[in-house]
Amino acid sequence: MTTTAPALVDFDDVLARYEPTLGLEVHVELSTATKMFCGCPTDFGAEPNTQVCPTCLGLPGSLPVVNQAAVEAAIRIGLALNCSIAPWGRFARKNYFYPDMPKNFQTSQYDEPIAVNGWMDVQLEDGEVVRVGIERAHMEEDTGKSLHVGGADGRIHGAEYSLLDYNRAGVPLIEIVTKMIPDTGARAPEVARAYVTQLRDLIKSLGVSDVRMDQGSMRCDVNLSLSPTGSGVLGTRTETKNVNSLRSVERAVRFEMQRQAGVLDGGGSIVQETRHFEEQSGSTRPGRRKETSEDYRYFPEPDLVPIAPSAEWVEELRGTLPELPWEHRKRIQEAWGLSDEELRDLVNAGALELIEATVAEGAPAGEARSWWVAYLAQQANMRGVELADLPITPAQVARVIALVAAGDLNNKLARQVVDGVLAGEGEPDEVVEKRGLKVVSDDGALIAAVDEALAAQPDVVEKIKGGKVQAAGAIVGAVMKATKGQADAKRVRELIIERCS
Amino acid sequence: MPADSGPAVSGPDSRGPDSTGAISRDEVAHLARLARLAVTDDELDVFAGQLDVILGAVARVGEVAAEDIPPTSHAVPLQNVFRPDVRRPGLSQEQTLACAPAAEEGRFRVPRILGEEQ
Amino acid sequence: MSDLTRLTAAELATRIHTGDVSAVEAAQAHLDRIAEVDGEVHAFLHVGAEAALANAALVDEAIKAGTAPASPLAGVPLALKDVFTTVDMPTTCGSKMLEGWRPPYDATLTARLRAAGITIMGKTNMDEFAMGSSTEHSAYGPTRNPWDLSRIPGGSGGGSAAALAAFEAPLAIGTDTGGSIRQPAAVTGTVGVKPTYGGVSRYGLVACASSLDQGGPCARTVLDAALLHEVIAGHDPLDSTSIDAPVPAVVEAARIGAQGDLSGVRIGVVRELGGEGYQPGVRASFDAALRRLEKLGAEIVEVSCPHFEYGLAAYYLILPSEVSSNLARFDAMRYGLRVDKGASAEEVMAATREAGFGPEAKRRIILGTYALSSGYYDAYYGQAQKVRTLISRDFAAAFEQADVLVSPTAPTTAFPIGEKVDDPLAMYLNDLATIPTNLAGVAGMSVPSGLAEEDGLPVGLQVMAPALGEAVMYRVGAAFEAARDADEGGPLIARVPEVAK
Repeated sequence: MTTTAPALVDFDDVLARYEPTLGLEVHVELSTATKMFCGCPTDFGAEPNTQVCPTCLGLPGSLPVVNQAAVEAAIRIGLALNCSIAPWGRFARKNYFYPDMPKNFQTSQYDEPIAVNGWMDVQLEDGEVVRVGIERAHMEEDTGKSLHVGGADGRIHGAEYSLLDYNRAGVPLIEIVTKMIPDTGARAPEVARAYVTQLRDLIKSLGVSDVRMDQGSMRCDVNLSLSPTGSGVLGTRTETKNVNSLRSVERAVRFEMQRQAGVLDGGGSIVQETRHFEEQSGSTRPGRRKETSEDYRYFPEPDLVPIAPSAEWVEELRGTLPELPWEHRKRIQEAWGLSDEELRDLVNAGALELIEATVAEGAPAGEARSWWVAYLAQQANMRGVELADLPITPAQVARVIALVAAGDLNNKLARQVVDGVLAGEGEPDEVVEKRGLKVVSDDGALIAAVDEALAAQPDVVEKIKGGKVQAAGAIVGAVMKATKGQADAKRVRELIIERCS
Repeated sequence: MPADSGPAVSGPDSRGPDSTGAISRDEVAHLARLARLAVTDDELDVFAGQLDVILGAVARVGEVAAEDIPPTSHAVPLQNVFRPDVRRPGLSQEQTLACAPAAEEGRFRVPRILGEEQ
Repeated sequence: MSDLTRLTAAELATRIHTGDVSAVEAAQAHLDRIAEVDGEVHAFLHVGAEAALANAALVDEAIKAGTAPASPLAGVPLALKDVFTTVDMPTTCGSKMLEGWRPPYDATLTARLRAAGITIMGKTNMDEFAMGSSTEHSAYGPTRNPWDLSRIPGGSGGGSAAALAAFEAPLAIGTDTGGSIRQPAAVTGTVGVKPTYGGVSRYGLVACASSLDQGGPCARTVLDAALLHEVIAGHDPLDSTSIDAPVPAVVEAARIGAQGDLSGVRIGVVRELGGEGYQPGVRASFDAALRRLEKLGAEIVEVSCPHFEYGLAAYYLILPSEVSSNLARFDAMRYGLRVDKGASAEEVMAATREAGFGPEAKRRIILGTYALSSGYYDAYYGQAQKVRTLISRDFAAAFEQADVLVSPTAPTTAFPIGEKVDDPLAMYLNDLATIPTNLAGVAGMSVPSGLAEEDGLPVGLQVMAPALGEAVMYRVGAAFEAARDADEGGPLIARVPEVAK
């Protein structure tokens, strides 16, 4: 672009003059064992071109066969989004040339999607609920990955050549498209983020994808247009791609609102185009203009036969839907007696599932919660990782809690055990063993330490004998120090009283 | 596919199969670009003429009254053909790259890509 | 010429399995024959002598060890159309685009031939990507018709048909998208069968038009074709369009047919396939064939298929549309030709496709790109798909009145090389009678009906049957063949002149 872009408009000023209309397209990579149309693995991060076969490489003569698990996942996602499941539909070929697409067409359900016309109630921070309409959810295949060599930052511009890896080619994708979301006003960025967050939680609860935006298993395109307030005329929309985190969703909406308002205020018009979100600056930039308008020349995929889910099959799948994550949370909130704020903190910290899992392993809810939000959250923070990515399992945490409850560990020792687990020293019991962390409650060893401490502080002994039992604390402290914290403090106190009476 | 597969034939530029002179040289050039064929000028001349004749002949399908007839995309009426979500052995990296015009670091090496991903 | 090359596949198999002749001798005899005549005929693009002899040796070992032969055709040489992938031989599809390409996988059909112990002699010439009716559109030069070396052997499977007629192999494989098995069979005096769509796996068959392509057997006798049919047909989970049903008992049907009784069989003459546009000698041969069928006890009825006259038009919209998409993968990125002209992937793609495809491939790609374009889709591709429905309905109605339908296979006998190569429309007319079966997915075969009076060249009788109705088709074909051979004092193929060198 040769002309300089108009300045961004202050967000409040945007709202004074324009109404935003949102639309969100989310791509979710399914975590099926195999790809959409062939038996290749879908694992993330494998050596390049090692998870490929004639079909996903598009070799001459190869043919696709639909993965039943992908269809089931698509139907379950559709049902969870209150969609109707199409009784009959075909795949289509979307024809365009691009080197990361081995056949130079993408096999996708084009105008016969498996799920249509649903909705999801999205809850905002303050409890307000916005119903987002779902236009469709359809199945398609992912592309390969290109690595651009020779340009700055591996970007496509200025690259000398590209390297292609087709491990990702053919991984099943579900594309979920909302209807237009009008009337969100100032809350548009928040609604967008809340929708994507809630969709992520929903799909995670279905167990059909790991929905990792950072790894690209969930990707979001943001459609946004502005119309002059009260005009009732829908504005021209832009589609912003490459929005790869929840925070970016919010920022992208906000930025496009501000940018588009700037263009419109200056008397310009919005170009219907694809834009790219820039993570660092939080801005969007236009994609490369195409010489000719795209014409994808869709036609029904002759190599695949129609999918016609029977009512029985759909109902069977409906029966497998888990409790919705937000309903589940409500139940947990009541069971654990959490305030809205406490619940939100747990959810935001990504601790809820971990605590639940820990409880499921037999730990009391209070202790489980306290471990995850306090000591473990601290550890995650120090390591700069998500709570869920700490190298400790809910089962291990539950075991530590059980050891404390049995009196085998005190809190200080318990933290050392957790440190050991995090350091990869094995299961909690192994760490206790190896580090020799068990509480000393054997009287023989304790009596010697108690007597030694009493002998060193005759004045305190006098006080205790004189009835000032609280003075025993000083002796307890000395014993704990002498035993490096491994003594059972309760037993130590009992022994002190015994010896002084 | 159903009607929304593209804009309906309308406007001054559109030409249905009924019109004479089905295809122009420019149109053939545009189609060749879409199909990634760097055709020569001579070829364009030849193809434009030939395609015009062929299109004139195939436009006969328009003579059939078929408004209420469902289209056939598949010759045999099969449906719901699936495979179980079970892994099958694929190709090794070596096999995969054996036929590549160029390869580097386990990947296919291709000239720089101008367009954006779709 | 060795007598072994003059035997039918069934005769040769018997001699091999009884130990009278070794499979190695049979393979060697045909290799010698290929060396002797293929310089003139040019049926083969690649001869795999070593692998052929190795396979034959394995068959001989098994026979010596007293093991039952892997199939009734074990040890019999076969010529494979160069459109099926083979790991041990190049697969070029008659195109410069795939010159020297060694697929990393075997087609299902190839694997079945190997499992049956059939000796694959090599890969046969064809019109580029199976598009043509004369084999002149091969990038590797035309194949010549053994009946008259100045004439075409039909196409696209001219190589396979010519190999049979020149006694270079007793069995061959072809593919039939609009007549590419049957029309070459007709003009070379051999037998060719297009099975029901979905009857033979397309996995590893490099696609021309996916919804029309079907691999099938080629031979010099109906029984040989039936024997080969039973080897290659049957469900394949790697092909979604493969029919999961028992293979029709075509060998039994051919044996029954050869006994010469067709009483109770109703044979429908398609009014729209004949008359104007058909060479007088072709019409005369067809009329004689009808009289012969009647003499065998069949009831001849006339049927009308009013939409067949639109078959050619519908076909030349559907086929190029699918071709334009199927051939998009040949883009110089992953395999095949790369013309390093231009700095970008886009330029290299366009330059490679320009250099790698011949004129007929380009014409059809452009035509298909046009027919699928938005704005033209409904008028062309969409309307063609409706005509396809009407043609299927015509067949259904006709099969109410008749068990099989008959017509001349091709409107003319073999024409001189070069006569139609620059006139695409004239070339397309060769497929007039064969196209409807492909559009409807039903079965069709061509059996030699005689020689045209005016030029002494072979004419084919086309027999068509409903989906999976191959048994009655083979029965009629075999009965006709037996009667014709008896009346004429021997098989037609015996009258092919020795190849002039």
